Amino acid sequence: MSPPLLQVNDLKKHFPINKGLFGQQTEWVYAVDGVSFEIARGETLSLVGESGCGKSTVGRAILRLFEITAGQVILDGQRIDDAHPSTMRQMRRRMQVVFQDPFSSLNPRMRVRDILAEPIRNFGLAKSAEDLEVRVTTLMDTVRLPREALNRRPHEFSGGQRQRIGIARALAAEPELIVCDEAVSALDVSVKAQIVNLLQDLQQKFGLALLFISHDLAIVEHMTHRVAVMYLGKIVEVAPRREIFAAPRHPYTKALLSAVPLPEPGAQRNPIILGGDVPSPIHPPNGCRFHTRCPFVFDRCRIDEPELRSTGNGQWVACHLETLPQV
Amino acid sequence: MALLEVENLQTHFRTPSGINRAVDGVSFHVNEGETLAIVGESGCGKSVTSMSLMRLVPEPPGKIAGAIRFAGRDLLQLSDREMRAIRGNEISMIFQEPMTSLNPVLTVGRQIRETLMIHQGLDKQAAEAHAIEMLTLVGIPEPKRRVREYPHQLSGGMRQRVMIAVALACNPKLLIADEPTTALDVTIQAQILKLMLGLKRRVGAAIILITHDLGVVAEIAERVMVMYAGRKVEEAPVAELFRSPRHPYTQGLLGAVPKLGSSLAGTATRLAEIPGQVPDLRKPIIGCVFAGRCALATDLCRQYAPGLEEKGPRHIAACHYAAKGAVAA
Amino acid sequence: MTDTTVNPQSLPAGLVLAPQLPEILRPVKIRRGFIGLLRGHPTVAIGGALLLTLVLIAVFAPYLGTVDPTALAPAKRTRAPSIDFWFGTDVLGRDIYSRVMFGARVSLTVGLSVAIFASSIGLAIGIVSGFIRWADGILMRFMDGLMSIPPILLAIALMALTRGSVGNVILAITIAEIPRVSRLVRSVVLSLREQPYVDAAVACGTRTPMIILRHILPNTLAPMLVQATYICASAMITEAILSFIGAGTPPTIPSWGNIMAEGRALWQVKPYIVFFPAAFLSVTVLAVNLLGDGLRDALDPRMAKSL
Repeated sequence: MSPPLLQVNDLKKHFPINKGLFGQQTEWVYAVDGVSFEIARGETLSLVGESGCGKSTVGRAILRLFEITAGQVILDGQRIDDAHPSTMRQMRRRMQVVFQDPFSSLNPRMRVRDILAEPIRNFGLAKSAEDLEVRVTTLMDTVRLPREALNRRPHEFSGGQRQRIGIARALAAEPELIVCDEAVSALDVSVKAQIVNLLQDLQQKFGLALLFISHDLAIVEHMTHRVAVMYLGKIVEVAPRREIFAAPRHPYTKALLSAVPLPEPGAQRNPIILGGDVPSPIHPPNGCRFHTRCPFVFDRCRIDEPELRSTGNGQWVACHLETLPQV
Repeated sequence: MALLEVENLQTHFRTPSGINRAVDGVSFHVNEGETLAIVGESGCGKSVTSMSLMRLVPEPPGKIAGAIRFAGRDLLQLSDREMRAIRGNEISMIFQEPMTSLNPVLTVGRQIRETLMIHQGLDKQAAEAHAIEMLTLVGIPEPKRRVREYPHQLSGGMRQRVMIAVALACNPKLLIADEPTTALDVTIQAQILKLMLGLKRRVGAAIILITHDLGVVAEIAERVMVMYAGRKVEEAPVAELFRSPRHPYTQGLLGAVPKLGSSLAGTATRLAEIPGQVPDLRKPIIGCVFAGRCALATDLCRQYAPGLEEKGPRHIAACHYAAKGAVAA
Repeated sequence: MTDTTVNPQSLPAGLVLAPQLPEILRPVKIRRGFIGLLRGHPTVAIGGALLLTLVLIAVFAPYLGTVDPTALAPAKRTRAPSIDFWFGTDVLGRDIYSRVMFGARVSLTVGLSVAIFASSIGLAIGIVSGFIRWADGILMRFMDGLMSIPPILLAIALMALTRGSVGNVILAITIAEIPRVSRLVRSVVLSLREQPYVDAAVACGTRTPMIILRHILPNTLAPMLVQATYICASAMITEAILSFIGAGTPPTIPSWGNIMAEGRALWQVKPYIVFFPAAFLSVTVLAVNLLGDGLRDALDPRMAKSL
């Protein structure tokens, strides 16, 4: 078996917050606190969780948009978290990003042509000016935008069209992995479907691996091969799609799934409604981080932090309930 | 009996690049104690409709025409002063973003108290007691402590509960909820939806729910009205609408939403796309507003705008070609 | 398109059509050119037009019916405004109209030069401190130090070290203005760095210098332009103050500040000597500020137009 395309080992990212007049008292936001996973070539792994769980931070850490606190990020067998800037630049070509907000993710002062040409020029992918033009027009065809739109600026497009430009920019570098950070969350229902379909087509066509970061579980189910559920900076469950949606094991995953309102009036469902709010990532609870809201909490959860444990079928769960003798 | 009757509502805005016909000829009614959902995508005019009902549209550059009859009075004919007495009292509103609609420098208790003191003429003690009662009603733990806190000390879910408490304080007949759960996480959304369902039974106010989330609609609405490009294109009881949508736009909208559990049922297929973009409302639209994106559209649609007609039991849609009568799903 | 007209007679029976709706607002005439600008952004148009007039006055001062502004005529001292002397004459019999027209040159030169120099230097400092962490601490503490001295005092102190000349006035005011500009640019740069398109550019392998040049710089220009107009206005006032207290433009060159300084002693009996240069200074500053406010609204769509 070939090594996975992306491997993340015990990734941590703590952001400092300075308190006091001279910034002497430093507290930490434990945004991501020990996350490990792998993505195979051509695979979609979804990272789900509620706001503040650290899923976007994981995506940005992989892209090395900031330096990580601890852990390793390995792309195709090569560590990139401590790679030299010149090596890093070459590695960047292989992983690209599509952001959530179609309005702020494109430089308002650049023409679409220049936006798409930027990665091609940076990585020296075009052999000549003609080749560059061919590549740019091909990209427009790929994301189903009219070629004459190349000379326009981002504000002349609708949200969905801008997101297509963002996807085209990501594709321009011919990457193997695209991090989709809530890439369809800001879009309207009908446009969202267009972009979801486009992403799926592109994945097929180019054999792309996707790290799909989203809070929309129905879209995730539609798109993904595997799912990792995050809560307060940790992964609580990882499993293939079928296992997650048919037989979720972690109480948080169960609650999350049951909380989604279904577009079926009168549908019979018994949502597990979690009480309270997500605790602050500055002072995460001791023991299991979910114990303050877990309906099945028992003494051990408050002291002892559960490890991710395999339960077979590629499913991994971090919950003490799994260690109890099955009744 | 209809509590609210809206007839040919038009809300237009004057912009430097033309007149934006944000809402153009929308009629609907809400019965007492009923929940009507207004569904549509951004720019369809659903929020402008709700702002028009409250007369919160700035005039100029906006202008509202038509009739909004609430409990026998046409709101568009009232003076500003009379309208102020209705807002927050007989009709109140919940917004999407609680942080921007609560005053950050006043305590939660004071914000509820003030509505009560202005509209109901309660004295401070009575208002305070009622405020604590309201916070208890919306499920805020330790209400006696929370009344003295400021909005920024509360979490997003708690703030939304406070907003609901403020809105319900004066026992309104009509509550307009504009995307009340959109900014919230799913688990918090589930809490708020449960709260709203419970309150609906206990308080008995009619609700206009404005949302783009069909899951939320299915959960709490009784009747649904679908808007597109400033017009109403379909209206039906909720079960009927989800079972047999008649308008091609509604059908497209329902097909474009993936359903949780579809991968298990083996029904996970390609999502239905509605091709193209929403039309520019600053240009006059001849014919059906949806014709440019509709697979069924013909020359007839492009020239003659369809009116709303009865397509099934309490089911109306504006389409020349939508099937009439009972449709086998 | 395959549109063919459907004959109204051939419409199917029972076809339900949407009711015709009235237009409730007068149609909008989309105007272009100056009228369009005037309607869309009246402050830009008015401020711009006023400023353009003043620039023309400064450029064509010799051809506007003026005489030599430094020519002394002791016989015609302190004449009131008349057909011959539109704005009257001063204590040395010089024609105030001519002096005011030529004075526009000094004011505008100082205003525009300071705006250009201070914003370019401030832009450079702001970008450096927005991108280089260690430089940020040093530069910003230094700027804080400079800012703790009122700009006018700083300018007076600097003028005291040098000879009075227009060039030195520009230099002194520029130094006094730099801290404010670099602070502004730094904050704009820091917020732009957080924009997703900058992150996307990093992910696309764009090197830092190119990120600054292509993604940061063009987006700081709009707020810079607005700031530059305010600097221009404040520089013109500072120049007038410096000249007024005798620490600025040498008395041999007519400037609005100088004219006012010379008329100060006679303010109660011959107010016109002070009035005309003061009026011109006010109008110029107003024009520049109007232009700045208008540009701010026009360039920043998020800012609701409040007028």
